[in-house]
Amino acid sequence: MSLTYAHLDELEAEAIYVIREAFAQFEHPGILFSGGKDSIVVTHLAAKAFAPAKLPFPLVHIDTGHNFPETMAYRDALVERLGARLVVGSVQASIDGGSAREETGAKANRNRIQTVTLLETIERERFDCLMGGARRDEEKARAKERFFSHRDDFGQWDPKNQRPELWNLFNGKKRPGEHFRVFPISNWTELDVWHYIRREGIELPELYFARPRNVVWRNNTWLPVSEFITLLPTEAPETRSIRFRTLGDITITGGIASDATELDDVIREIESSRQTERGNREDDKRSENSMEERKREGYF
Amino acid sequence: MNTSTQAPVDSPTPSTPNGPADLLRFTTAGSVDDGKSTLIGRLLYDAKSVLMDQWEAMERTSQRKGLSHVDLSLLTDGLKDEREQGITIDVAYRYFSTPARTFIIADTPGHVQYTRNMVTGASTADVALLLVDARNGVVEQTRRHLFLAGLLGLPVAVVCINKMDLVDWSESVFQTLCADAERVAREAGVRSVRFIPLSALLGDNVVDRSAHMPWYTGEPLLRTLETLEVPRPENDGPFRLSVQTVLRPHTTEHHDFRGYAGRVASGSIAVGDPITAYPGGLTSRVSALWLGNQPLTAAHRGQSITLELADDLDVARGSLLAHSDQPQPVESQQVDATLCWLDRAPQVPGAKYAVRCATAEVRGLLDTVDRVLDLHTLVYTPTADPLRTNDLAHVRLRLAKPLATDAYATNRVTGAFILVDEATGATVAAGMIRA
Repeated sequence: MSLTYAHLDELEAEAIYVIREAFAQFEHPGILFSGGKDSIVVTHLAAKAFAPAKLPFPLVHIDTGHNFPETMAYRDALVERLGARLVVGSVQASIDGGSAREETGAKANRNRIQTVTLLETIERERFDCLMGGARRDEEKARAKERFFSHRDDFGQWDPKNQRPELWNLFNGKKRPGEHFRVFPISNWTELDVWHYIRREGIELPELYFARPRNVVWRNNTWLPVSEFITLLPTEAPETRSIRFRTLGDITITGGIASDATELDDVIREIESSRQTERGNREDDKRSENSMEERKREGYF
Repeated sequence: MNTSTQAPVDSPTPSTPNGPADLLRFTTAGSVDDGKSTLIGRLLYDAKSVLMDQWEAMERTSQRKGLSHVDLSLLTDGLKDEREQGITIDVAYRYFSTPARTFIIADTPGHVQYTRNMVTGASTADVALLLVDARNGVVEQTRRHLFLAGLLGLPVAVVCINKMDLVDWSESVFQTLCADAERVAREAGVRSVRFIPLSALLGDNVVDRSAHMPWYTGEPLLRTLETLEVPRPENDGPFRLSVQTVLRPHTTEHHDFRGYAGRVASGSIAVGDPITAYPGGLTSRVSALWLGNQPLTAAHRGQSITLELADDLDVARGSLLAHSDQPQPVESQQVDATLCWLDRAPQVPGAKYAVRCATAEVRGLLDTVDRVLDLHTLVYTPTADPLRTNDLAHVRLRLAKPLATDAYATNRVTGAFILVDEATGATVAAGMIRA
């Protein structure tokens, strides 16, 4: 008997196992869906986990109101195709209701106040488990995150009070008011996600591929020009071949200059960019993001 | 019942084009001084898993410390800072891949007070990577790591004899250490041990062959990890699947569909095979196998599948399915196990816990705690005290209902369990069932 048990098969099987455990152990689970590739992959895995039944829990979108139109179209088409339920938590509603306060100024964004809306949505819909697409390789501070990550009744993560996870035994026991975040693709790397997207033929929003886009250079990145950002007097929009490596709020999601118009190009670009980054390591270019800072952000 | 238009296949996916062949999970244990962080740093670095911002941060920190080279241990050296800051010492997971393989490292501190972290890191690993300081020889910590690797059922250990530069690259020092460690590994029950003389600091025999040790004819560490064959008894063992959930679509298209979802813990199963379901021992036959929407003719260890039976049995989450013609699990209300106490609070004698084994959960209590391991001498000795954090002990559990299990030595899924405090939800202990 020949086993063609490649590493993507194992990562897929592990993720499906985790998703099924979350479904079985919690009363009101959901998938936190941002429209980004990681949450798209988690949704694809969940559909596979319960086939031929429909997705037995909703997709949860925390809507900042500052969306790429493509993300919204993609979301609605996906929900339609899966026959899934969509729960939207509106940041605008939190602002209107007075629980969140909008930042002001030219560089204002709604990144931080999303958390208010997320916790309100968890309470309103009585979610006790939200699955997300976070991965341990994203940053050092996440290297110790659990598959089943416990949150207290304020929704907070206490790194000192996480449960040990042994074998494939995930413990979702909780007290009233507490909930869990569950990360089925914890063990995947960015490249694993891309290789899996290619293998499974998963469709992605166009934003992930290089297209001529109207952008402005701000904070060392190409920011898409939209009705939600205020241009500074010194800033001049231009059209460039741009793609996005991650997707989020349109006001803070920066793109990179790229000619990768197809999936294979994107994978090649990511593979080689890692090597180039290492090849250029003697550059004295300074990174804003020191390791210490990231650790603090992660731990406290 | 099969409503798919796709033909059933044995293997659902072709091997990934250009993708790495397979996945190897290894665990490392070691103290701050034995060069473990430097070794992992070098592996990540040479496997091109260090990104530019990480590299720059390391350069700056190294300069600040007055070093002439970039200190590779900074990549993974969170543990030292954490100890100073009083943060929980824990298991950190790291990732790298080469064209040959993808690796997941469970990196744990090696000191005696972190036994529970070592047990946690080893529980998901196939291979234990150990470091021995060539100057110090096989010390207590090495013996303990090998003992834990054997206890947790890791079939392979790779022992790196590090700091060879400080013993003049001496072959006789290396050979003496190998003989010592080999004996300890055999006692510990580790089936296969590989030895590599290296210098993590200078890079000798980590990725590139050392010019200083022409007498060593084996492969450097990375090549060893890439080519290591890991025997998995679960691949060929009797079929086991612990049911996670029952899928009932309730649609007109799949009106009678009743699928048992779970991950194959061991062995293989094919359509038509006879099945015995535990608890109870009722029997039926496999009528269909699925991976997502893809019908399969057979399924193998590790796959997350959905299985349909020809008859309606009382099968639910927690049921254990076995192939009727193969060795059966043991159904009992009494379980003998080796237990590792994880919780910060000591064991409360007589307390009841939720016992989670695969997807089954029953209530149970610790009937007896026979003997506890002396972590220094590695001998189990009788005890009258409640178990404390990091204790390893031989215990007997009494269960409220029968549980179907296998010995941990033959099955790391159906032979492992955790104890959960029902009041707090905390995972207080991890156990391995003894035959």
